[in-house]
Amino acid sequence: MKKSRLSLGFSLISMSGLSIFFIFPLVFMVMSSFKSNDSLLQDVSSARAFLPVGHLSLDNYWEVFNRVPFGRFLFNSLFVSTATVVLGLFLNSMIGFAIAKMEWRGKKFILSIILALLILPFDVLAIPMLYLAAKLPWFSFTGGFHFTQGWFNSYQIQILPFAASAFSIFLFVQYFKGLPKELDEAALVDGASWFRIYRSIAVPLSGPVFGTVAILTFLPMWNMYLWPAITIQDEKYRSIMLGLQYFYVNFGTSWGQIMAYLTLLTIPIVILFLSMQRFFVTSVASTGIKG
Amino acid sequence: MLRSNVLTHRRKKETRAAWLLSLPAVLLISLFSIVPIFLALTLGFTDARLVSPEPAKSVGFSNFKTILGIGVLTLKAVRDDNGVVKIDEKNRVVYESLRNYTRISSDSPRFRSKSELFRFGENRKAGTVKVVLAGDPLFWKSLKNTLFFALIVVPVQGGFGLLLALLVNQKLRGRNFFRTVYFIPALTSMVVVSMLWTFIYQKNGLLNTIIKQVMPGFQSFAWLENPKTTMPAIIVLSIWQAVGFHMIIWLGGLQTIPAELYEAATVDGAGFRKQFRYVTIPGLRHTFVFVLVTITIAALGLFTQIAIITQGGPLDSTTTLVYQVVLNGYAKQQIGYASAFSFVFFALVLLISLIQRSATKRLD
Repeated sequence: MKKSRLSLGFSLISMSGLSIFFIFPLVFMVMSSFKSNDSLLQDVSSARAFLPVGHLSLDNYWEVFNRVPFGRFLFNSLFVSTATVVLGLFLNSMIGFAIAKMEWRGKKFILSIILALLILPFDVLAIPMLYLAAKLPWFSFTGGFHFTQGWFNSYQIQILPFAASAFSIFLFVQYFKGLPKELDEAALVDGASWFRIYRSIAVPLSGPVFGTVAILTFLPMWNMYLWPAITIQDEKYRSIMLGLQYFYVNFGTSWGQIMAYLTLLTIPIVILFLSMQRFFVTSVASTGIKG
Repeated sequence: MLRSNVLTHRRKKETRAAWLLSLPAVLLISLFSIVPIFLALTLGFTDARLVSPEPAKSVGFSNFKTILGIGVLTLKAVRDDNGVVKIDEKNRVVYESLRNYTRISSDSPRFRSKSELFRFGENRKAGTVKVVLAGDPLFWKSLKNTLFFALIVVPVQGGFGLLLALLVNQKLRGRNFFRTVYFIPALTSMVVVSMLWTFIYQKNGLLNTIIKQVMPGFQSFAWLENPKTTMPAIIVLSIWQAVGFHMIIWLGGLQTIPAELYEAATVDGAGFRKQFRYVTIPGLRHTFVFVLVTITIAALGLFTQIAIITQGGPLDSTTTLVYQVVLNGYAKQQIGYASAFSFVFFALVLLISLIQRSATKRLD
């Protein structure tokens, strides 16, 4: 597509304008996190809102660490998100492989359920799942091994419901279908088991889809709000997103601290993304989220 | 004979291996998707509560009747002894009390325990007005708000995402920079975005400042305290957050269109517009379906923004279906009623998905 210099210039101008729209709220957030509540509110009335000017300090951050058990929450969020990603990569790639590569009784049935679940939003199941979570058994070793009832205030309630995902399975099926059949046929003739074909042939060839599924699982897990908000009250298991609730008290006067907390929630994920950006864009494109 | 035995043996082994590979995912999906679906169906017919000493009782269709029940009632004006319609100081006709019809002991079971949704068709001469009553007015308000949100967000976000993708798909210096910048809000949690924009929209917030730069006489406005501006404000921040993700999806679609098609079109003398119409659009049809379906489902599930920014207000102008589900099921702990509500919500999502699917089928 050859285009004139004029339209190129026009593109560049509109792209720059759009980047202001997308980035300035975040610039404002980061800059404000270094300002006191008063100077933050004063700066709003001018371009100073977006600039690192005036008296800057880390006071808001220290205050945040005083108010919120930040390390604990950070650990919880990282643990829950990572565990779900790792577990999900195993489970979903295994079933995806079985559906894409193998012939077996029950496959059509399982596949049709997975396709139907694709359009089922989680919100629909939140309340029945809340009820279920109150009834599910678990076990405890404190005071000798015994069974307990209810999954509230735990890690497993934040991980297990999200490990197996219809969407991830769908992505794996699509990708594995694209791998040449000759490879597994040759391996079968050589006497390899199906597990071996999965582990030694399919997985090593599927970097992009593993990467895409990992990112598309990690992001919503890290950002999740509704489910932990209704199942976790205990500080011990609380995620970093729920920590924001600590700032609802004296709301209007702690904007500086809120901005610091928001910055702390955002920066890790942005750094993570920037470090694997090239990989992400190419893998999404080559995994073929094309519908 | 021997050969076919070997084959069946192999089949059996394959089926066993496949089930073993699938088992963990199948178990988890059964427990956390299939069981809750059946729970939603069965609990919806009960008065189950989250924590209750008594077992749940069956209540038949009454939850569904409350959610979906509506009725239209004609109210009569209050008249004085001469039969003249009574008018209040603001020149409004005074009508008989709704409570006559809606109280539990009312003679008209159709209107019992219902509340007013809205009035229409006032006839001042005859002294009558029609009142629409609903078993749960918040269901209808949240249905309206949710559909309004989806109706705006789906086309705007989808189209805006495509526009961004087309812009950053050009061979330009710095296009990676722009891709990153447009995508960063999509990495930001909706929780963060909601808090940040709460500040932007408040009376002494950023938005008013920026408008004042352009229009010096502008009076500061509390965007989140007016029922007319709150939902549009939420729409803007929602699109701001999510459009970058759909830009990436569109970009993936654009990159699967073979460059040879564009070359061939150029050779045939097709300009930019014709290339877009005859190469780009047909090449994006699968991406289109994916983007349409994902934005629709996300839009119908509008919750986090509402929970953090408005709690459904002002005057129920931003309450949504999922917000009501959580309010009923979690805050009020009425699992039975909330399950029925969830089920009605799911029926709506399913209906919309089926309509979309049949409408886009021609594209395949």
